[in-house]
Amino acid sequence: MGREKIQINEEFWDIMPDDYKDLVNHSTYGKTDRGWKDVGSSTELIAEHSLCAGCPESIAFRHIMASMPSPEDTVMVGSTGCTSLVFPMVAVHNIHSLFGNQNAVATGLKRALNVRFPNKNKDVIVLAGDGATVDIGLDMTLQSWFRGERFTTICFDNELYANTGGQESGLMQKGFVAKMAPVGKKFEKVRLPEIARESGCAYVAVLTTSKPSLVERVVRQAVLIAREIGPTYLQIYTPCILEIGKQSMEGLQEMRDAEAAGERFKFREFITPEAQAFIDDMAAKKKAEKLASAAN
Amino acid sequence: MNPYSVLRGPEGFLPPAAALAGNILPETGQGHIEGQIVSEEEAIEEAARKFVSAKVPTIFPGPLVLWGWNEKAIRTAEAVERLSVAGGINIIPMPDYRPKYPKIDPEAEINPNHPNLTIWHNKIDVCMFVGVHCHYANLSLKIIRGGTACFTMAFCAHAGHEDANLTVRDILPEKIDRVTEIVKKLKLNSKKF
Ligand SMILES: Cc1ncc(C[n+]2csc(CCOP(=O)(O)OP(=O)(O)O)c2C)c(N)n1
Ligand code: SF4
Ligand SMILES: [Mg+2]
Repeated sequence: MGREKIQINEEFWDIMPDDYKDLVNHSTYGKTDRGWKDVGSSTELIAEHSLCAGCPESIAFRHIMASMPSPEDTVMVGSTGCTSLVFPMVAVHNIHSLFGNQNAVATGLKRALNVRFPNKNKDVIVLAGDGATVDIGLDMTLQSWFRGERFTTICFDNELYANTGGQESGLMQKGFVAKMAPVGKKFEKVRLPEIARESGCAYVAVLTTSKPSLVERVVRQAVLIAREIGPTYLQIYTPCILEIGKQSMEGLQEMRDAEAAGERFKFREFITPEAQAFIDDMAAKKKAEKLASAAN
Repeated sequence: MNPYSVLRGPEGFLPPAAALAGNILPETGQGHIEGQIVSEEEAIEEAARKFVSAKVPTIFPGPLVLWGWNEKAIRTAEAVERLSVAGGINIIPMPDYRPKYPKIDPEAEINPNHPNLTIWHNKIDVCMFVGVHCHYANLSLKIIRGGTACFTMAFCAHAGHEDANLTVRDILPEKIDRVTEIVKKLKLNSKKF
């Protein structure tokens, strides 16, 4: 599907609000080479949000939205937390699930989509905070990986419960003191990427959202591998500037500091040989297509 | 049992759902006016009368009619436009159901999560829902009945709505054209006075 399903009936063009007309005229739906460079020019990627000004979650959201291979055939599953404040503004189908249930809801959804549209690629992407993914929803997260459910799980890791004022989360660093966790964290940051690898994920990556081209590559790869091979997991550092006492403009530097060599968000990825072969095959086909079109 | 009268509001913060009060949906070929089951033709005639006598009559087309996603949607949109032209009826769209924050522009659109804003702002006294998915129509109709004095008419593609003040079910473009016909007739007649 491209943009043909979102045509406004002729009679209503004059009364439709401008953002819908923009969506029809300028959205990236159906565009095969869409990507982070479309942020800033496509309505669906720059719509307003109600997060704190400068919150890196909003930037991560835009980069992810721009990187989905086919947004019109994607359903996102969210959970309670700051991320859920963005979903009402997003021009991609989405379901808000009960806090922690996101991977269970995504499982049912993905299976139902397979039955309903057997000949179509329908992508499901879970996007939830660290509290939802690692603490309250850990059972659902892990069980979906054990079962090999074919969808992508993205965790916005801000290392605490931001939406409820700064409580301790499993992904918080050891020793960290937050507004509502004054004693300081007593145990290490949970190593969810490693757990994901051991639990059956075909592709796992840890990154920040400071480099849009990296987010684009990783998100595309994660969604395509989930389509064909098995579950995929991305953990993206989206610091809560409000809770760590940073200004609106300081989120980017915070992410750069956290991804420096030896730091906890230094980029790392894990891919199974099967998933790697699939990615290599896709790249080879693309290259062959390019050569063929250049020769013609 | 006498059905609960689904009258114009404002009925208060939480108006009871008409279904809970025992009201049932019309069968095929029927409609309801204020909760009383009537024939479809009667409901259509009353809808036309309400439009003609209103100060600010307005149609709220929902996504099923606004977007050209199938042949029926395209034909229904044409019928809605004919009705709007014939009756001098405003159209304000409900393009989707997202609970938009911080607020919508009530002059440009209506949102099912706070439809009262659009009705208050434009002083709408009679409205028609067409092409709105059932759940969101029910939600809006109850909010409107709770907080405004607007008369609501739900033209539904399925079984109709108990929570509207008037409903016609199994909507086809032809049924909207029937409203248009009666509106034209009523307008013509009223000029003789
Ligand atoms: C079942 C349930 N338990 C608890 C809550 C309260 N609650 C709302 S947001 C939140 C924390 C969210 O933290 P996280 O998932 O890390 O997202 P963030 O806000 O940090 O992006 C909690 C505990 C809830 N809404 N529902
Ligand atoms: S509280 Fe933190 S995570 Fe939530 S919107 Fe504000 S800066 Fe972002
Ligand atoms: Mg968090």
